[in-house]
Amino acid sequence: MNPAVSLNNVSVSYDSSIIFSGLSLDIPAGQFVGIVGPTGSGKTTLLKTILGTQPVFSGEVRLHGEPASKVRSGTIGYVPQLESVDWSFPVTVEEVIMMGLYTNGRILPWPSRTERQQVRDLATRLGIDDCLSHHITQTSGGQRQRAFLARALISNPKVLILDEPTSGVDIKTQHDVLHLLGSIHRQGITIILTTHDLNAVTTHLPWVICFNHGVVAQGKLRDVFTSDVLTRTYGGDIVIIEHQGHLLIANNMTPYHAPAPELPADD
Amino acid sequence: MTELLLEPLEYEFFRHALLASLMVGSLCGLIGVYIVLRGMSYIGHGLSHAAFGGAVVGSTMNLNFYAGAGVMGLLAMVLINQITRNGRIKSDSAIGIVTTACFALGIAIISQVRTYSQSFEAALFGNILGITSEDLVIIGTVTVFTMITIFILYRQLLFSTFDYEAARVSGIKTGVVQLVFSLILTLSIIASMNIVGVTMIAATLIIPAMTARMMTDSFNRMLAYSVLLGAITSLGGMYLSYIFNAASGATIVLFGALLFCLSLAVRLILEKFVLHTHLHKHGRVVHAHPHDSIRNNTPTQRGDAAKTGHTHEHAHEITTVRHAEPAENQPPVKVQTGESLS
Repeated sequence: MNPAVSLNNVSVSYDSSIIFSGLSLDIPAGQFVGIVGPTGSGKTTLLKTILGTQPVFSGEVRLHGEPASKVRSGTIGYVPQLESVDWSFPVTVEEVIMMGLYTNGRILPWPSRTERQQVRDLATRLGIDDCLSHHITQTSGGQRQRAFLARALISNPKVLILDEPTSGVDIKTQHDVLHLLGSIHRQGITIILTTHDLNAVTTHLPWVICFNHGVVAQGKLRDVFTSDVLTRTYGGDIVIIEHQGHLLIANNMTPYHAPAPELPADD
Repeated sequence: MTELLLEPLEYEFFRHALLASLMVGSLCGLIGVYIVLRGMSYIGHGLSHAAFGGAVVGSTMNLNFYAGAGVMGLLAMVLINQITRNGRIKSDSAIGIVTTACFALGIAIISQVRTYSQSFEAALFGNILGITSEDLVIIGTVTVFTMITIFILYRQLLFSTFDYEAARVSGIKTGVVQLVFSLILTLSIIASMNIVGVTMIAATLIIPAMTARMMTDSFNRMLAYSVLLGAITSLGGMYLSYIFNAASGATIVLFGALLFCLSLAVRLILEKFVLHTHLHKHGRVVHAHPHDSIRNNTPTQRGDAAKTGHTHEHAHEITTVRHAEPAENQPPVKVQTGESLS
């Protein structure tokens, strides 16, 4: 079986700075994958490379065995970072979800009855049917995330890619979103996301890629999330605690409120 | 009143002007929505200046006004897209450099060939009352072409305007959409130049769209309102210019600005007195709901609320906005503040 995503010797650079070089990576089909790494490590660039929006200097990107440039529209569903969305844009939740159908070949601007029904059905499944007519700012963080998730899912993609779906939302919404993604994954969709929240990863994601300008490690959560790998990825001293069967990640640094070291007396 | 409205229609120049301004008003209203939402408000101002430079250069080569303006306008648009492509130079800087350089070229030529100054004054400040049949045909063709293009590309334009990257990932040919949009934008600006003038075209593009934005949160309605407002502004502005014997382009812009101020004031008043939320507390539960949710509550809902008490579930029945509820039956966590955080 072809991997969902396959990068073969891929190099990407912005102007003169190399983001990653000679990267080879296979993401198995049907996996629920979290890409973690420090800020500026190239996670988002990696996602954009998979999405085909980042020019590649050398190498090849394949999706389900097909070159990325030849993949038919709707194969990938993409959920951007909520911070990048223009919230003042005049669109309702229904209009946002409907955009996911805009490559189905219909020329008439207004939605067909079938399209409206498709949107309503998916919104009901995701629990946002009661806010379809609301402007996007009149929704909670969780509803916003679900609206953009619905836009990505409505074209029945094989691969779902999310950029920081857990950022900017509270811990409960974070849990709800990842739980929802888990149930979508169980329907056979490959999910790839980036996140900074390592504890959310340990709770919800079975497969992890530690990334810092290249793959530090990838595999099953418990194989990858070791103190050594995380320290190599992030550069700090990171400890892993096991509590009631769950892994908890903590930073072994001096807390801000610890007693300050004594300074030598000024004679 | 009827006499006042019908009297100017006796003059052919006014009928031409009215027809031209109606078409330009709707055209600018339509294209202005995309300009405002793409954060390119300055582009109308810049492109009209570039087109002016092109028209002057074209005249030195004995070319038609529209041919010179069109070539230079498209050239400027392509240059701006190329310069901003890698993100190193922002679009406002690129627009400023490219279009002002084109305008300066036109001014330099005019300063050398003094006889040009009269003929290009119309393009600078607008000369709606001097509209010829040829102008009407060109404006009409551009209006119809733009409306058909936007109708066909409605979905692609909306998606790529809202979320360029997601549109590209989903399979929309965003590069082609961008190119087509640049083309219709340039054509619209050139067609409108002789009506409102280079100096005021930006306002004609932005004001109806911004006024419409004050009136709705839906893209479809914003598009419809903006076209309608563009037409109303042009119509009203033309009559006002006739009544007060003032410059037509300037009157249209001033009338549009007045409508914008009114819509802004209405929006602010509505937000203060209607479109706001109420907070109220029942015991330890704090609710927030929109002002009109109480007014629109059915008696049954109010009755149920009275029966059930102010529970979490009840809060969701009445409001779907937001609520803040401390965990029931759990004492608040006490924070020890004895130790300093030094």
